[in-house]
Amino acid sequence: MKLRNSIINVLLMVLGIVYLFPVYIIVVNAFKNRAELYENILALPKVMSFQYFAKAMDKMDFGRAFLNSLIVTLLSLLFIVVLDSMCAWMLARRDNRLSRFIFMTFVATMLIPFQTLMMPLLQVLGFFRDRMGITVTDTLGGLVFCYIGFGAGMSVFLFHGFVKSVPIAIEEAATIDGCSKLSVFFRIVFPMLKPVTMTVIILNVIWIWNDYLLPSLILYSKKNRTIPLSTANFFGQYTIQWNLAMAGLTLTIIPVIIFYLCAQKYIIKGVAAGAVK
Amino acid sequence: MNSRKKKDAAWYALFVLPVLAVFTIIVIIPFVIGIGYSFFSWDGLPVHEKKFVGLDNYVRLFSDTRFMVSAGHTLVFTLIAVVLINLLGLIFALVVTSKLKLRNILRTMLFMPYLIGGLILGYIWKFIFGEGLKTIGETIGRTDLFFNWLVDKDMALVALIIVATWQMAGYIMIIYITGIQGIPDDVLEAATVDGAGFWYTLIYIKLPLIMPSFTICLFMTLSNCFKIFDTNLSLTGGGPNNATEMFAMNIYNEIFKLNNYGYGQAKAILFLIVVAFFTLMQVSITKKREVEM
Repeated sequence: MKLRNSIINVLLMVLGIVYLFPVYIIVVNAFKNRAELYENILALPKVMSFQYFAKAMDKMDFGRAFLNSLIVTLLSLLFIVVLDSMCAWMLARRDNRLSRFIFMTFVATMLIPFQTLMMPLLQVLGFFRDRMGITVTDTLGGLVFCYIGFGAGMSVFLFHGFVKSVPIAIEEAATIDGCSKLSVFFRIVFPMLKPVTMTVIILNVIWIWNDYLLPSLILYSKKNRTIPLSTANFFGQYTIQWNLAMAGLTLTIIPVIIFYLCAQKYIIKGVAAGAVK
Repeated sequence: MNSRKKKDAAWYALFVLPVLAVFTIIVIIPFVIGIGYSFFSWDGLPVHEKKFVGLDNYVRLFSDTRFMVSAGHTLVFTLIAVVLINLLGLIFALVVTSKLKLRNILRTMLFMPYLIGGLILGYIWKFIFGEGLKTIGETIGRTDLFFNWLVDKDMALVALIIVATWQMAGYIMIIYITGIQGIPDDVLEAATVDGAGFWYTLIYIKLPLIMPSFTICLFMTLSNCFKIFDTNLSLTGGGPNNATEMFAMNIYNEIFKLNNYGYGQAKAILFLIVVAFFTLMQVSITKKREVEM
């Protein structure tokens, strides 16, 4: 029995390693020069040379792209969490026809694929830019604005479901004590929403950080590129120099892996909770 | 009383309006005018006239060979990928919920690909299917099997299925794990006491009790596979010869590459109808099969 268990354990380890083999291939080849890469793709590098990383970092303008991605993700999250929880709380507590209609609209639009909205959205943004002088295209702020809109359906839905399970008695007591709606919400309700807030954060981070199509349509100047944009651009230019391309890919997955290892517990919980709701 | 009502309405607006306003601008208005655009013929240039063509765009769809081929490929891709992802995800979930020592590390490893976005995953595999397979084939002398899959129209589709499966199986595993962990221990213990073996427990107890997870997983995989774009773009770019151009990419190309804004939008509306139809139909079918505890 013991022997059987350890054999199974070894097999499982093999399964895990095979599953992540593509990542291994990318990382080892990022260190090799051209000749070495073609000699044996699977082998470990003979010398650890970081020159391709340095070059890729420079060509991708990695620091800038990373900062852009970080700004866009954090700002979008901040607005999504605050505005959507406020909205969901009010919709759940004032349960009248209008609230139900607004809520159903949020939920129903979750089915709409992005491809159905992308072209008309660009027309709307163009209208803002040309007729009203508000530049929402090619600015990080404009991108954040779009994410607030696109994130609303799922986030309001998740918050709404959770608010209904929070007892109303405490809120009523606070209202009688003379608290305004705003302070009732931020002092009493919002802290109680913490579990669902984590879920909303995790789901939105995964989506916004990796999103390619929306930023590719809205941002066009080089200085505004997020990580997926700069990767796509870099990869398009260097498909012949595979070792350099691999170094670039390794760079882009490092932040994701660090984030994953640090917040693993929350990520897995958040993904599971988000899907089940 | 009246001022109280006004005050209540003001609070309501303060909480609901900010996100509702952004949502209306970003989602509702584009959705509504998008339906409008689908009845016009337009090349996307503001100075050019939009010509009203009624339902012509929708009629044209059915004689568009490239579009029909793309829709067919999307169906084949979705069908195979959904089955593979769910099968693999369920197996992973059963392994990871067993009492083995390595289960937590394994779960961490299997879930990882999901976090690396579709675009990056496509690039990673582009190297493996292209250069990787080619060099392996040349080294061991089997170029008939190991060659650049991405230049062959059938193998390129297989490659896309493999990458999609690799990305989503770990994600689906997480949902199945939640389902399996929700089965009360005493039910499983009772089964063991009654002498039920591994397969019996799996087929007659575990699977029926995780039907709600099936509903969710099928919904997620169905809609994600149907809407695949990023991986498609970075792995094959729709090639060779549009053989792997999926539904979403066909719409993108029609609008932004061929500049048929009105016609492309009609495709996009049809896309919504198809996605909604398949996913809602699936949910209503699997919902009926859920067992109450």
